[in-house]
Order: sequence, then structure tokens, then C-alpha cells
Amino acid sequence: MSTTVYVPTDSAALSVGAEAVAARIADIAAQRGIPVRLVRNGSRALFWLEPLVEIATGNGRIAYGPVDVADVEGLFDAGFLDGGAHALRLGPTEEIPFLRQQERLTYRRIGVIDPLSLDDYAAHDGWQGLRRALATAPEAIVAAVTESGLRGRGGAAFPAGIKWKTCADAQVDRKYIVCNADEGDSGTYADRLTLEGDPYSLIEGMLIAGLAVGATEGYVYIRSEYPRAFRVFCEAIDRATRAGWLGDDVAGSGRRFVLHARLGAGAYICGEETSLLESLEGRRGQVRVKPPLPAIAGLFGRPTVVNNVVTLASVPVILARGAAFYRDFGSGRSRGTIPLQLAGNVRRGGLVEKAFGLTLRELLHDFGGGTASGRAIRAVQVGGPLGAYLPDAALDTPIDYEAIAAVGGMLGHGGIVVFDDTVDMAAQARFALEFCAIESCGKCTPCRIGSTRGVEVMDRIKDGTDVARDEALLRDLCDTMIDGSLCALGGMAPFPVLSALDHYPEDFGIAR
Amino acid sequence: MSSASLKPAAIRLQDPGPTPRERAAVQDAVAACRDLPGALLPLLHAVQDALGYVPPASVPAIAQALNLSRADVHGVLSFYHHFRTTPPGRHVLTLCRAESCQAMGATALEAQAKERLRIDYYATSADGAITLEPAYCLGNCALSPALLVDGELVGRVTPQRLSDLIAALETTP
Repeated sequence: MSTTVYVPTDSAALSVGAEAVAARIADIAAQRGIPVRLVRNGSRALFWLEPLVEIATGNGRIAYGPVDVADVEGLFDAGFLDGGAHALRLGPTEEIPFLRQQERLTYRRIGVIDPLSLDDYAAHDGWQGLRRALATAPEAIVAAVTESGLRGRGGAAFPAGIKWKTCADAQVDRKYIVCNADEGDSGTYADRLTLEGDPYSLIEGMLIAGLAVGATEGYVYIRSEYPRAFRVFCEAIDRATRAGWLGDDVAGSGRRFVLHARLGAGAYICGEETSLLESLEGRRGQVRVKPPLPAIAGLFGRPTVVNNVVTLASVPVILARGAAFYRDFGSGRSRGTIPLQLAGNVRRGGLVEKAFGLTLRELLHDFGGGTASGRAIRAVQVGGPLGAYLPDAALDTPIDYEAIAAVGGMLGHGGIVVFDDTVDMAAQARFALEFCAIESCGKCTPCRIGSTRGVEVMDRIKDGTDVARDEALLRDLCDTMIDGSLCALGGMAPFPVLSALDHYPEDFGIAR
Repeated sequence: MSSASLKPAAIRLQDPGPTPRERAAVQDAVAACRDLPGALLPLLHAVQDALGYVPPASVPAIAQALNLSRADVHGVLSFYHHFRTTPPGRHVLTLCRAESCQAMGATALEAQAKERLRIDYYATSADGAITLEPAYCLGNCALSPALLVDGELVGRVTPQRLSDLIAALETTP
């Protein structure tokens, strides 16, 4: 009887040596004649513990981590295959507080299953949402998504059901479902985890979206910075197609849905939905003027639902368990759960899927455990490079879209980047503008020119010749960008700048 | 946009045209991609995957195959940071410059790599070993700072690890 050992193949786990650990386990098992079945799972997203090795025992899975290659022999000696005691033993995986205190709905399979195994997916509630959708009228699917309160998890937080209804109402013969997997925000990795760790959940969500709005073709636009996620997801499409989940006869229903994966090419702006569509059509990723909305005239001019990976991957559970089940999680107008991603200078970095409503402080301390450096937290940037820097005083804000907006922030895609007290906030403000200058698509003047002028003003502020004048100029420039830009890149890049200026003026040489 | 100007992408006057190897790679990519809707990006990826770069001299052939103007193809090629128009070194080292990695010391790593290799971004070290490129987030933000070595992700990078890594790349073919 062989023991099942799980070693993740997620990019993040591989980035700290999981491949070598897996090879070493196989080697030693072979040398000692111990039968071992090695399963390469996704990551549980408890990244500070990676590589996290799990052993299947009669009492559930027992975790060891972070495991270095040099630890493997000692683990065998300690009898880890029977759950033996060792300095790296973490106990039952599900009992690790960081994981136990979560409410994983969309991410309930992450790290549990072999990501590409269709058997594993089916055995862990897979395809249940699709089966329900196939037996439901399209209008009722849209109604369920609307009632669930699901809002776009890519950042804009637009109600998914309304977007779907707009597309469903268009009387056109060809429509598209496009998945935005151009996860460019620093501090975020939820999309990558799904693509690599539970790809069929995204496929299932897109199938349901296709049934709901009457689309028969889908595209997933994956950024080129995620080469492994692209390979894994392409393989998932192949396998799902061979098994009849995709193609001309979806699950024997007679309905058609084909899916394509496309690779981006290193442009942050392509996370903006109209730029993404331009890129899919083979052009420069330049923002389109709205209206028309993509739901009316999107990809190749056809009605198109563009949703983020997390949004679409959250749909199966809504169909399977009902809109009310999902809506009962959350607070205020933010319903359901959100995968929050702890990043940067944080002791325990990883994905926390929770109902909306916990505070930033609870997230940073109870889950994150403070900074990795052990120093005080000085700033957290919420919502990616266009999100505001929040000081300690704002950390008691509950995490929901409206509450974060009320303190001048943006929840965005749920990335939380932690900085300790060594950070120079003027440098961070300069970087926000530099980033905007590098990534601007160039279509509108406030973003294209304003960002470059902003970097120059920041450099003058650093020189300190006439800070008062330059501060006024910078604020004025930020106003122009906010009010005059065509999309969120130019329109929101000023937020990190202004928040740094407001909360940390001393870093700019300005007295409080 | 400013970094785009760092990338030499202009078509030279009296261009000698693509080499036979470049021509073959472009022909293969055209055959594989020309019928895809929105074929240009997949096609450019296929060329770069085969050669390591997209030769500016191949722009006319690509344009003709897709019934686009040369300006259209050049415009796309120069817009996206991922595409190179000159051959890279034996290895490509991609450093994450984004905020999460900055919070864990990426700015110092960046300075260290540039100093050690004596180059800026989008350039190749004098011995032809390493091309240095920036990235804005590699999605490994809980294990910052991060980088890519020939497309493989590395996390928890320290100055010592970066130094060892560069030394290893310099001596491997």
C-alpha cells in the first residue's frame, strides 16, 4: 500500500524549490524501497510555508513546510510518511489557523486537487454549477448571478448580472465570453492560482456565462509574465475538450462552446477591458472610447461579456449552491467572498478568501502576522499600482468596496502590499507616475504627457528647491489626470501619489 | 511609453532583409497563425519563440501575410514590451520592479544586477551571456522579491542568491 505525498507544482512553490523537493522524495523512496504515490497538486496559497509537502493519512492530510531539499532525508528518518514528528511538521493542513479561518468557496479546491485531473475536479463538486445551468433557462441563470450580488473581481466591481443581461438582451447571432487574465496589479496572484491550480473552475464559469448570454465562443487572455499558467491552462482546455466539456456538444447537451487561450505581451494597459479586446484583435492595446459598451459591441464588434478570472470562477458555486447561499456572505453592498492577497513585506503571505467585512488590521495582523522584517507597518497599498497608500489610521476600515472607497482607497483586485517603516513614500509616489508613463497606451494626453511631467515634478520635489510650488503643481497635475484621462490608468495613477502626499508629507520635505 | 524608446525597433534603410533562418521562422509562424482571428500577436509570439526576437526585416513579410500595412505591424511590435527586435543573450534575466518586490528590496537588486552586468534594461552584457529586462509583477508577490531566469520563476531572491545566479548563468552555455 503506497502513501500519497502531495508536492505543489504551482509557479510560486516551484520558485522556491518544490521541483527539487519532489525529485528528492521520489529518489529516497526508491532507494529505501518505500512505495510512494507522488501527486503534484496546486498550492494551498500559504506561501510562506512553500514548498509545503502534504501526506495523506487516515486522519486527513498532514502538512510539513517549508521543506528544503536538505530536509527530505530527515523527514523520511522521522517517519513523515506516517505523519511522524519533525520540526517542520505543521499538523493537519486544514487546521493551520491561516487556512482554518478562511471561507473558501471559489478557492476550495486550490491545493487540494491535481489541477489537471478531471476525475479530481468531478470528485470535488466540479461541473455541478454547469449541470444546474444546463437545466435552467438563460434568463434564470442571469437572474441567479444578479441576485447573488456578484460584482466584478477584476477591480471595477461592476455587478456581473447587469453586464450579462446587457449582453443577453442583444439580438445578434454571434457573441463572445472573454476572460480577463491579464493580472497586472502588483500584489495580486489570485488569477494565476486559479489558472494553474483549478483551471476547470474557470472553464465551468465561462461555459455557464456562455449559456446565460447565448455565446458559443470564449477567449482567455493570459499575460505573458505567466508562461506556466498559460501552458497549464492550454492543457486544461485540451483535456476538457477531449472529455466533451467543451466543443460542439457540451456535456451531451447539444449546446456549443469552444474556448481559446491567448497570450498577452507585457502591457499593463491590456488589463483594461477595451485595450484587451484591441489586443485580442491583433492591434496595439489602446483604450477604446465607451460607449459602446463591450456588452453591446465588444470583440470583433460583437456583444461580449468581459469578466475577470475570479468573477467567472465564482459563478459555478453560485449556480450549484444558489444565489442566496453566496449572497449570505459579505457586508453592505459587497456580497459573497473575496480572495485577498497578502504581499510585499508581510510575515505570512498568501491568499485569504473571506466574506467581505473583516478589517484591514485583522487581515494584516491575524492572517499576515505583521511584517516580514519585524518592523512596524508604515503603509499598505490596496488594489494594485493605482491604489492609494493607506496609513495605520485607516487600517480599521472593513474590507468592502464602499468602505475602502470612503477612506480614499480602492479594493480593486484584492491585492494588499505591505511596507515597513523603511519605505520612502516620495519614491513610491514617483514610481507610480513612472509606471504610468511606461505603461500608458498613449491615446489620451493627460495620461501620456501628464505622467512624464509628474515624474519630472517629483524629481524637483526631491531636489527641494521650491517644494511648495511643486506640490501645488503636482496636485494640479493629478487633478487634470483624474478628470481628463480616458481610462483608469491615467485616471487613478494619481491616487497613490496624492495619498502618499497627504499621509506622509514629511517624506516630500513638507511639514505636517 | 518612455521605455519603448529604449528598444531599437526602427527598420534600417537599405535593409539586407531577413536571414534564411529568420525567413524560415516567419514562414512557419505565418503558416501556423494566419487563419486565426486577430492573428498578429500569436504570430509575433511564434516568431519570438523560435528565434528569441522578431527581426524588423521580417515586418514586410508578416504585413503581407496578414494583409496589414507595415506600419500596423511595426506599431504592434513596438507597443508590447514582451517583443524584442534584436537577438537576446544566451540567457534572459527578468527582474520584477513592482511595488510588492520593492517592499522587499527589489530596488537594491536592480541596482546590483545593472552594476554587475554593466548594462541597463533591454541590453545584453558584453560577453553575450545575459540580457536584462524589467517586468511589472510576476504574480509571486507573497514570495517577493521575484525574477525570471529564461522564463522560470525564482522567489525569495537575496543579494547573495542573485549574485550566485548571475555567476552560474555567465558560465553556462
